[in-house]
Amino acid sequence: MSVPSYGILGRTLCDIDRVFTEPADWDELIRRAREADLLGTLAYRLAERGRIDDVPAAPRAHLVSARTLCDAQQAAVHREVAEIGRALAPLQTPIVLLKGAAYLLAVLPAANGRLFSDVDILVKKDALPAVESALMLAGYATTHHDPYDQRYYRRWMHELPPMQHVKRMTLLDVHHALVPETARLRPDSRTLFRHAIALERDGVSILAPSDMVLHSVTHAFNNEEMTHGLRDLVDIDALLRHFGADGGFWDRLIDRAGELQLTRPLYYAAQWTTRLLGTPVPADAQARIQASAPPAPTLVLMNAVLGPALRPTVSMPGTRWARRVLYVRGHWLKMPVGLLGVHLTIKAFRRKQRPTP
Amino acid sequence: MIIADLSADELRRELDGAGLRIRVGPIVVAVRSSFSAVADGLALHYAAHAIGPPDFADFHVSVEPPLSPRRWFAPQALFRFDGGPPFTPLPAAQAFPLFEWGLNWCICAHCHQYVVVHAAVLARKGRAMILPAPPGSGKSTLCAALAARGWRLLSDELTLIDIETGVIVPIPRPISLKNASIATIARFWPEAPMGAIVPDTLKGSVAHLQPPAQSVRSSADMAVPAWIVVPRYRPAAAAELVPLGRSAAFMQLADNAFNYSTHGRRGFERLVDVVDRSQCFGFTYGGALEDAVLTFDRLADAV
Repeated sequence: MSVPSYGILGRTLCDIDRVFTEPADWDELIRRAREADLLGTLAYRLAERGRIDDVPAAPRAHLVSARTLCDAQQAAVHREVAEIGRALAPLQTPIVLLKGAAYLLAVLPAANGRLFSDVDILVKKDALPAVESALMLAGYATTHHDPYDQRYYRRWMHELPPMQHVKRMTLLDVHHALVPETARLRPDSRTLFRHAIALERDGVSILAPSDMVLHSVTHAFNNEEMTHGLRDLVDIDALLRHFGADGGFWDRLIDRAGELQLTRPLYYAAQWTTRLLGTPVPADAQARIQASAPPAPTLVLMNAVLGPALRPTVSMPGTRWARRVLYVRGHWLKMPVGLLGVHLTIKAFRRKQRPTP
Repeated sequence: MIIADLSADELRRELDGAGLRIRVGPIVVAVRSSFSAVADGLALHYAAHAIGPPDFADFHVSVEPPLSPRRWFAPQALFRFDGGPPFTPLPAAQAFPLFEWGLNWCICAHCHQYVVVHAAVLARKGRAMILPAPPGSGKSTLCAALAARGWRLLSDELTLIDIETGVIVPIPRPISLKNASIATIARFWPEAPMGAIVPDTLKGSVAHLQPPAQSVRSSADMAVPAWIVVPRYRPAAAAELVPLGRSAAFMQLADNAFNYSTHGRRGFERLVDVVDRSQCFGFTYGGALEDAVLTFDRLADAV
């Protein structure tokens, strides 16, 4: 099943062969996939089916370009993780890779064709000062020099201000929890380390399958930034298809969502991956997840906003507006209302940072 | 059909509507804009370029006034691509240069089927001369002078090296002249088809030069790398061509490539191959463009 307003990209993500029956739409497909950060995924899926050469030359050039970029970024993430592992090895503290870097190092299908903007790691909160110092010695420097930003991250957030390597220019996010200190829901991050799975290289671990899915789900549906909403949904779809092949997975996932107080975002994720990407969810799991649905008025409202916000492009009507609503909602979930007022006021008077041409 | 076949009204209609589709070398750009400076700039500088096909454009871009109260007292121009603006807006007077810079950015950020080198490139009989150099080295001035004297312009700014085959893919576009070089070229080539001078940009005063129609018409003809010449402008210096070591020439290409790291090992091997197929020189020159052109003509005729 697909939803018409998601255009050819939505249909193609459900059924890759659709692109060959609608040849005039390559123009729309390439643009939308590029804006949604899914051009690499598209290139990978076509290559997997051996059909890259069936694509007309002009759009094919973009797929080839995206694969080149994707291969370069994946190689860079491998190198970066090795560097991070080396820098933090003396601390003898667990380092858990999150999101893209985890999918890549664990060789999960979710990494196929995925583009990267940074590496995310999770460390224990009490290890944070030592981790930050060790990373600084290894060449990573903080990026947000504004005192307000520094305080915002360090006092209220679940991560350090983003760090950047001074030579390689690579970005690193160091998290110590799944959600901010000030959030309404406070899942206990300590249990994440207990279930983490050590990888055989670089001294790093990844989250257990349920935790990995729940982190991805929280990131997609409790976040204020919806620019890559559809890409996040594609990640979740790939994780659910992969882990869901194991019989007991769905029950473990739903139990764990209860423990971490993340049943609501899981509900939204299951609903939207099924609707847009045809993710298979077993009927009994669907019934259990359904129990976490929000009250009807909230659900109507959220669906009205999530639908447009998850579209691949801001050029579709309502998308920009819907993302703005979710921006405020994301902050609302992140911090108490007084703090939210102060923070959004300060943000409103900020200039957007963009390079000059 | 070429852009010059459109009447001024037709051109404006395309720019206001679904976008004017211009074939620029291997790519098609669809551009929308309500600025008359953009319409005039495109009509002059892209006159000989073919109109692109209606069914596929590589980049859909627009140059429009941003929705801000500034439009009443200090109007601006904003470049948009795939729905989002990659850079801050600029004063409206810079709308046409902004289109050029924006298109450069699209190509550098999204065309990794090429090694994209910040270099001018011209050709004689299918043999390409690459002029890699940082801004201020006089690369564009030299490029304009050579284009004026019959060298085929492949690009003034972006040398596209096909990563698979190593051929140079022409992408002839307006030559961008800055500051003193505007007057230098006006003296050297009085009938030069130059557009409006736009003062006070981030790069100083900027004027564009229409690419030779013959170069645009031959943009489907690939060229093979034959010379790498690293120009260096030094006031009052005599034109002098000195051999350059292969490793130094390689470093010039790699340092000036926008996406060298994206290509990893293949990028290294491709650039080594380009250097191996080329004669490499450093070229120092003062203002004497006649001498410079003579030097390059001799180089080309020596083959």
